[in-house]
Amino acid sequence: MDFFRDALGERRENTIIASAPLLEMRGVAKAFPGVQALSGVSFSLERGEILALVGENGAGKSTLMKILAGGLAADAGEIFVDGHRAKIDAPRTAERLGIGMIYQEFNLVPQLSAVENLVLGNEPTRRGLLDTASARERAQRIFEELGIEMPLDLPVSQLSVGRQQLVEIAKALSKQARIIVMDEPTASLTENEIERLFAIVRRLKAAGNGVIYISHRLEELPRIADRVTILRDGRIIETRPRESFPRDEIVSAMVGRRLEAQYPALPEVAENAPVVLEVRGLVRPPAVNGVSLQVRAGEIIGFAGLVGAGRTEILRAIAGADVPRTGEILVDAKSVRVRSPIDAIREGIVFITEDRKAQGLVLGMGVRENVTLAHLARFESRARMLDRARETEETQRMIRELAIRTPSTEQLARNLSGGTQQKVVLAKWLLGTARILLFDEPTRGIDVGAKAEIHSLMVRLAADGAAIVMVSSELPEVLGMSHRIYAVRGGRLVREFTREEATPDGVMLAAAGAAA
Amino acid sequence: MTEARRSARAYWLRVLAAAVLFIAFIVVIDVAAHGAFLRPSNIVTVLRQITYNFILAIGETFVIITAGIDLSIGSLVSLCGVVMAIVANSLHLPAVALIAVTLLAGLAVGAAAGYANALPVVKLNLPPFITTLAMMQIALGFSYIASAGRPVPLNVSVFENTGYGLFLGGLTNALHLPGIPIPVIWMLVAGVFFSVLLTRTRFGRYVLAIGGNEEASRLAGIDVAKMKTLVYVISGVCAAVVGFLYMALFSSGSPQTGTGNEMLGAIAAVVVGGTSLMGGRGTIVGTFFGALLIGSLNNAMNLLNINSYLQMVVLGAVILLAVALDQLRRRFFSA
Repeated sequence: MDFFRDALGERRENTIIASAPLLEMRGVAKAFPGVQALSGVSFSLERGEILALVGENGAGKSTLMKILAGGLAADAGEIFVDGHRAKIDAPRTAERLGIGMIYQEFNLVPQLSAVENLVLGNEPTRRGLLDTASARERAQRIFEELGIEMPLDLPVSQLSVGRQQLVEIAKALSKQARIIVMDEPTASLTENEIERLFAIVRRLKAAGNGVIYISHRLEELPRIADRVTILRDGRIIETRPRESFPRDEIVSAMVGRRLEAQYPALPEVAENAPVVLEVRGLVRPPAVNGVSLQVRAGEIIGFAGLVGAGRTEILRAIAGADVPRTGEILVDAKSVRVRSPIDAIREGIVFITEDRKAQGLVLGMGVRENVTLAHLARFESRARMLDRARETEETQRMIRELAIRTPSTEQLARNLSGGTQQKVVLAKWLLGTARILLFDEPTRGIDVGAKAEIHSLMVRLAADGAAIVMVSSELPEVLGMSHRIYAVRGGRLVREFTREEATPDGVMLAAAGAAA
Repeated sequence: MTEARRSARAYWLRVLAAAVLFIAFIVVIDVAAHGAFLRPSNIVTVLRQITYNFILAIGETFVIITAGIDLSIGSLVSLCGVVMAIVANSLHLPAVALIAVTLLAGLAVGAAAGYANALPVVKLNLPPFITTLAMMQIALGFSYIASAGRPVPLNVSVFENTGYGLFLGGLTNALHLPGIPIPVIWMLVAGVFFSVLLTRTRFGRYVLAIGGNEEASRLAGIDVAKMKTLVYVISGVCAAVVGFLYMALFSSGSPQTGTGNEMLGAIAAVVVGGTSLMGGRGTIVGTFFGALLIGSLNNAMNLLNINSYLQMVVLGAVILLAVALDQLRRRFFSA
C-alpha cells in the first residue's frame, strides 16, 4: 500500500485537522437561466467512506460534481477539504486538492496505450526526451496496487469497457486523488467486471480515501455504499446509513412519490399472433455467428449477455446498420432485402440505439427537428417546402403522448436530460409506422421515473401488436420486461428461456457459458 | 411557451445586436470616408464587388455545413469559364438559345466536377480536403489544356448585357437611381433560392442533420452519400455560375480567372457569416453578411486610400476577430 501512503504524504505539509471530514460542501447553490439547478446543498464525506449519491436525472448530481471538479463555478456555498476552505476555480485546482473524477464517458485517448494514457500530461522525461521505462514502471506499480492485470501496450480502444474504466481509475490515482468521484461506473460493465470494480473501490476505501459513488442501479448500493444521500430537484432530501435505508424508501425519496410495481404487467401474446419478424442464419463475423429467431406480434424478446457477446451487433445486422454476410430476414413471412437503415425503415424495422448522443440524436438541433428527422417526407407541401407548423403540431402531440419534459419544441437536444433525450429518440421512431422495434439498452443511464415510463411505453407498443427485441445489461430488466429471453454468447443465441423458466442465475450462467 | 418566447426574444436580441454593430461599422466607415461610402452609387459598387465572392460562398456554405470543405471552386471558375467561351464560340444559335446552351454546358462541367469531388468522399471515405485539393489541380490543368494557356476571347457579343448590363436600366435612370448591374440580380436570385433550399426543404434539413451527426442521420434513414454528393454538386454549380458571369464580364474565358484568392475569400465569407467549420450550423443569410462585411471593408479601405498591402493585413485581422467574437458570444449565451 505504499502508493496510497504516497498519496496522503503529498499533502503532509498542510496540517490535516483530524476531526474534520475529508470533504465538506456547505450551502452550494447554482442557477442556470430558467432553472435553479442546486440550492443549499450540504453534505460531507469521511475518510474511508463510500457515499452513494443518488437522484433522478436532472436532480443536480452532475452539476454538483462539476462544481467539485472545478468545471463550473457555484453561485454560493463553500467547499472544505480536510477542514480547510478550498477555492476550486479550475480543474487543475481540484486535481491538486486530490479530487479525481471518473466520468461515465471516459477521457482516454483511444489510440494511446494504458501507460501513455496514465502519464498523459505528466510524462516522465529524461534529458528532455520521454522516459518510457519509468512511465511503464509507474503504471505497473499502480496496477499492482489495484491488484489488476492490464495489457500495458495495447491501444486502449482495444480494451474492454471494463478495462478502460480501470485505466481511468488508475489515472485518477496516479494524480494522487484521495476524493474519488465515480459517475455511473457500472453502466456498461459485466457482472465479473462489476465485482472486480467493487473490490477495487473497497481497497480505495480501506486505504483511507473517500469515494462518491453515483449510480442509478439501486440494487448495487447495498453491496458498496456506506451512506446514501438522495438529491432531488437540486436539494439534498435525505442522508442515511445504507443499512437503515431500504430500497423502496430510497426510490420514493428520489422520485418523491412511491412507484407501484417495478415493471408493468406484460400483456399476453395471443395464441394465434402472427410471426412479424423472422431471422434465419444471420452471420456477420466476427460478432454475429448464426442467429435465427422468430418474434410474434405483441411479443417482447429479451437478449441477455455479457458485453462483447454480440447482442448489439445482432440488432445492428437486423436493422441494416451493418450489412450481414449471409442470412435472411422475413417480415410478415415475406423475405425482405435489408442492406441499409433506409431499407429497414421501409420494412417497419427501427433501431433505438444504445448511444443516444452519438447515434440517436443531432444534439445541435431542436426537439422538433430531431423528432421529424426520419419522416420529413410527410411534412412536405406540394411545393416541396417543409411545413413547420405541422411539424410543431406533431411534435407537440408526441411531447404530450410520451410526457417529454422539454420547455418547448425548439429546445436543443443537447440541453435535455438523458431520460428526456431517450424519449425524443423514441418519439422520432413512433412518429412513423414502426412495427418491429429493436431496443438497445433502452433505459441505460436514465432515472427511475423515466425508466418506468419507457417500460410502460414498450408494453403499450407490444399491446398494439409491435414485435420488440430488447438488449439490456440489467438482468432484472430483461427478466421483468420479456416474454421470452435468449442468452447470447459468442454471437449466437445459446439458450432460450420462457418467462416462467427464466431465473437470474440460470440466464446469467447460460450467458457466461457455464451451463450447457 | 414562456421559454419559447424567451428564446425567440434572445434570437431577436442577437439579430439586433448584430445589426447595431453592422450599422455602427458602416457609419464609422462612412464618416471616415467623408460620406463617400454610403453614396447610392458606391453601395451598388459594393454589391457588384461581392457578387462573385458571395455566389461562390453559397456553395461553400453547403459543403462546410456537412463538415466538409471544397478547395476546388477557384479552379472550377477557371475551367467552366474556358469551356463556356469555347462552346459559345463554336455554336451558331440565336442569342437567347446561345446564352442558355452555354450556361448549361458550364453548369454541367461544374456539376460533374462536384460529383467527382464527392465520389471518393462518399465511397472511399477520403477526406474532402484531399479530394478537392486534387480537383483544384486537375481542373486547372484541364482549363490550361483547353485554352492552350491563353484567354479565349468571345467572338459574339450576346453576353455583354449579362456581364455589365443594368437591370431595368431605363426605369432606374428615369427615377434618378443608380443602375443595378445584372450580376447583382443573379446574386440575389441565387441567394434567395439557396437560402430557401437550406432552411425550408427536406434536403436542407438533411444537410444540417448530417453535419450535426452523420451516424444518427444515417440510422434515421437519410441517404447520407446522396446528400453529400449533392452538396458538392451545388458547390460546383455555384462555381460554374461565377465562371459564366466572369466570362460575360471580361468577354473572354481566361484560365487565370478564379485562381487568385477566390477560394479563400469564399471560405472567409462563410466563416465570418457564422457557419461552423465543425458542421451542423450555418445560414446563407449569414454568408451574405460575411461577404458584405468583407466587401465593405475592401471598398472602404480603397476609398480611404489605404495601402493595398496593409489592406491584406486588416482583412486577415477582421476575419480572425469576427470568428473569435462569434465564438465568445456562443460561449456566453449557450452555457
